[in-house]
Amino acid sequence: MQNNHSMMSRRRFAAGFALGSVALALPFPALALNVDQARALIDKAIGEINTAIASGKSQTALYGDFERIFSRYADVPTIARSALGVAAKSASKAQMTAFTKAFQTYISHKYGARFREFIGGKIEVTDAKPVKSYYEVISVAHLKGEAPFDVRWHVSDKSGKNLFFNIIIEGVNMLASERTEIGSMLDKRKGDIDALIADLKKG
Amino acid sequence: MNLTIPSLSDRKIRILSTCAGLACTLAVAGCAAPPAPDGVNDPHEAENREMHAMNLAVDTHVLKPISGGFGRPGGGGAQQGVANFANNLDLPGDVVNDLLQLRIGKAAENTLRFAINSTVGIAGLFDPATAAGVAGKKTDFGETLHVWGVGEGHYLVLPLLGPSTARDALGEVVDYAMNPVGRLLQPPESYVATAAKVASKIGDRARYSETVDSVLYDSADGYAQARLLYLQNRRYELGQTAAEADFEDPYAE
Repeated sequence: MQNNHSMMSRRRFAAGFALGSVALALPFPALALNVDQARALIDKAIGEINTAIASGKSQTALYGDFERIFSRYADVPTIARSALGVAAKSASKAQMTAFTKAFQTYISHKYGARFREFIGGKIEVTDAKPVKSYYEVISVAHLKGEAPFDVRWHVSDKSGKNLFFNIIIEGVNMLASERTEIGSMLDKRKGDIDALIADLKKG
Repeated sequence: MNLTIPSLSDRKIRILSTCAGLACTLAVAGCAAPPAPDGVNDPHEAENREMHAMNLAVDTHVLKPISGGFGRPGGGGAQQGVANFANNLDLPGDVVNDLLQLRIGKAAENTLRFAINSTVGIAGLFDPATAAGVAGKKTDFGETLHVWGVGEGHYLVLPLLGPSTARDALGEVVDYAMNPVGRLLQPPESYVATAAKVASKIGDRARYSETVDSVLYDSADGYAQARLLYLQNRRYELGQTAAEADFEDPYAE
């Protein structure tokens, strides 16, 4: 049973993550973010994903859609900085810029490739609430042949725009997962950020 | 005076040993509910990594090739039937754990589910209960221990079963020992139950093949990814991620 859970969650995690990564916020007028706006943001974003999934495009074309949506609506610099963890503190400004760009390519490749799992599926927003200094929008993903699962979106306006910076699928959150992954990659390269950037660029 | 002891059947001895185990764990559980854990408590990382490597080898050379024969992910009705059948056999154990957790509503739901799927669902091959709105909820003795206040303890990788914690590993053992289905079935029916479980796991491997591959084989450190995934998801299942301290705020740094 345990293994069932973990198998399921691995899949859900990756599945939800791929959805989450594209379902980023549409920019709203520069008003202070409230719970309705956060919810509307994710509602719209999910609408875009559902449209893309239902479009019948090839996986390559979907992959392009995904990268565009991600670069436009995710707070990529914040996600990238968080993924780099403590190493971000010692990185130069130029390195951070290059890393952010490479990270965007990497994450688009990684999750864009999983798009076909969502064909025939959809997500719907069920609730939203304030958490600390940001908002949590709660949604349920219905994938073909799967029990519905929980996908949560954390939305903030701290970047100056209303953007989404984390996705939590059945408890597994993107920021923590990518921090572990990027941390492991950095370790393998003996802490050499430039080598990491070069490898991330390859996708 | 001691005459009764040799006359105890195997079954009774098993029940007694289970009860003894329960008593031990209840004694452990006397303390208050532990705070929601965060981070990773992995003092046996070196041993765990070895076990992970072994499990990975089994996956590479056995599980993955076999599951490839199960056809495409999300595959046929046969695979779903096997999964349903195996899940149905878990339900009596779930009910026992629900009761131990004093979750009477869930116990009733899982009992109803077992009744529906074992009859209308033809011995559990189909799952009409979910369609009827009785989706039930899986549980295990690890969760029971959690409800009793036992903390998760250190991270553990179990042979073949994979990621676990000290608490959940103990839970696996107790679940195995007290499984009502295991008690009722005798060979050869019990072999059918075991075979169904194994087949169900292989079916899962096929069904979630891309995801499992991406975690185990495509990650820079599959061990670290699997560990993080297991711990976060398990805490979520147990309702432990609602703590606001667990939420990340990258803007606060």
